Formats: sequence, structure tokens, C-alpha cells
Amino acid sequence: MFEFIAQSPLLAALFALVSLGAAFGALLGYAAVRFKTEGNPIVDQINDILPQTQCGQCGHPGCRPYAEAIANEDEAINKCPPGGEAGIQALADLLDVEAIPLDAEHGEEDVTSVAYIREAECIGCTKCIQACPVDAILGAAKQMHTVIVSECTGCDLCVEPCPVDCIDMIPEAQTLQNWSWHLPDPVSREVDIIATDPASNNSRNEDQAA
Amino acid sequence: MLADYSILLIGAILVNNFVLVQFLGLCPFMGVSNKLETAMGMSMATTFVLTLASACSNLTYNYLLQPLGLGYLKTISFILVIAVVVQFTEMVVRKSSPLLHRVLGVYLPLITTNCAVLGVALLNINKEHNFMQSLFYGFGAAVGFSLVLVLFAAMRERLAVADVPIPFKGAAIGMVTAGLMSLAFMGFAGLV
Repeated sequence: MFEFIAQSPLLAALFALVSLGAAFGALLGYAAVRFKTEGNPIVDQINDILPQTQCGQCGHPGCRPYAEAIANEDEAINKCPPGGEAGIQALADLLDVEAIPLDAEHGEEDVTSVAYIREAECIGCTKCIQACPVDAILGAAKQMHTVIVSECTGCDLCVEPCPVDCIDMIPEAQTLQNWSWHLPDPVSREVDIIATDPASNNSRNEDQAA
Repeated sequence: MLADYSILLIGAILVNNFVLVQFLGLCPFMGVSNKLETAMGMSMATTFVLTLASACSNLTYNYLLQPLGLGYLKTISFILVIAVVVQFTEMVVRKSSPLLHRVLGVYLPLITTNCAVLGVALLNINKEHNFMQSLFYGFGAAVGFSLVLVLFAAMRERLAVADVPIPFKGAAIGMVTAGLMSLAFMGFAGLV
């Protein structure tokens, strides 16, 4: 059999390529089953970093859709105001990209706060309950509502729908647990390290002009 | 024996460097050298694929094509071997290290079209290397590629902030630098 194939060049070529293709196809088929990945692990890692406020300020319906967009569609990592600079830094480290400043279009990072409903003014319309992404507001129709402080993520979404404007965002009191040293702002961090930097060149040109 | 292999390695890494002396695999050399981290990732992926593809193509040639007298099919068979090795590597990397898979991103499948990989496989046949020699030659070529890629990426990171005349900015100064590096590597000629 083998001699017969080896003697006829056309058959030999066919045999060689078909067997090569079949062997490699089998190998890849086995590898596809053996090394199958469940879901996308990178999405889980990104999702763990995001603050889970589900606030939608990034333009996606929640934290997980945003994580999927970052992983699969090259969405920018600077669209999460609740995560702030620290969140962007963590994402940049994970994805091995440059950390970029927060995109102001999607809101500004502010101190963490919790919603507070002035209960005397609440008319029990339930609109804030429907708006709350984390079900942190307790109450029923025509009944006074209140906020579960430990559940509230401070996402602001309940403030807008309230018809009587009885919801305040109260900044979280600074305690020893959440106090942090503020980083200097990015502008004052810029230092001329390289002599040929455009910034220092400009100043040199100005010196010559003077 | 050991001396033979070390000569083969040094020859592939420095004297006949695939990028700067034989001018193979120039697309990833120019394309991935903008950042040191991506250059490192690409180097690792290429090293793995090149070594494996070199050995596999040698086996294919010696045990399938040669006995059947099908030497003329070597190019098309090697392309098949390389494509499968790359695909297999991608599956393994995606499973074992999702992060590395993301860092390598599109570059991993792009190794398929890296002409240095096919070049090594064909040179192995021309130089009549046996299996171990092919393995070492492929590894040496990959180390040479990685060395040059990482060196070049480090230089380009400096060049990005250097005061370069406007017409030379970007790719142009990269090409000039690559030419100078190539000249420097010519200095290794005659080492082995």
C-alpha cells in the first residue's frame, strides 16, 4: 500500500497533505475541547475592580456591561466616576495600558456620599425606588420611603426622579477608616526630566527672545 | 557536541540575526516596538512559536515529505504546520493566562505571517539540520529576534521624547535607527 502510494507522485502528494490536514485538524479539535474557556475571565476581573454602583454614568446599563465593553470592544477605561482615579489606575494595571484621567463628560469623581430622604416631605410616589439600581430604598406606594445606608452606593440616580426634591446626597463623614492622603493634582506633578522636553525648549526660546 | 550547539545558537542570535542581518520578520519588528511591554509579550510568544514550529516542521519534512519524495511541498506544508502551532498556542495561552492573552492580543495570530518563522523552517532544510539542531536553531533565531525587538523598543521609547527634527519624527527615525542597529550587528560577522 505504502509503496504504491510512494510510487505515484500525485497520490503521494494528496496522501501527504490530506493526512497532515487530518492530523492537525484532530489536534486542534481536541485542543478546542480540552482548553475550552468558560465565559471570558478577563471580564470577571474587570468587573471586580468596578465599584458595582450600577449607576450607568459610563453610558452602559451597569458595571458588568461596561466591563464587557472594556474587554471586548476596547471601550475607554476612564468613564467610571464612582471608581475614580484609583479605579482607573487598577484597570490600567490589569489591562497593561496607560492610566488616563477621568473623562469629565461622564461626571466627576466626588466624595463618597449616601442618599438621605427627608421623610417629612416624602409623598410616597415610589419613583426613587424604581430608579435605585441596588434596591437600597425601602418603602411602598403612599408610604414614607427611607434609604438603607449600608446598601446605598451614592450613585445620585434617585435624586432626579423625586417630584418633591426631598432627597439629599450627604457626604460620608471622614473617619479613620476612610481618610486618605490626597495626591497632588496632575499639573503640579509635571517635572521637566528630559532636557529636550518641549516645555523646557519653550522657556529657553523665551529667554533668547528676552 | 556542546560546542556545536553553542556555535549554532550564537550564530543564530548574533551573527546571522534574523531581523538585522537576514531582514526577516521586519513587520513585527517595526510594528510592535513602540512600547517595551508589548515588545516583551511579542518576544515571548514568538520564542515559543518559533522553537516549536522549527521542530515540528523538521519532523514533518523528515518523516512525511522526505520518504514520499515530496520535497517540493515543503513550503505549503510548513505554512500549515506554523498555522496549527500558532492556533494551538493561542488556545493554550487563552486558557492558562487570560491576561497574557489580552496583552498579546492580535499579535499572537499575527505570528503566523511572521516570515522569520517560515524562514527558519526552510533554512533548517537547506542546512540539513537534524531534529535537535532544528530545535536549537529555531530557539536561537527566536532569542535573536527577541533581543533585537526589546533593544529596539527601549530605544524607541527614548526616541518618542527626544528632540527629533519634524521630518524625521515617528516611523522615519525608527527606520534610521533600525539601519544603524543593523550596521552594528554586521560587526558580529566572522565571530563563528
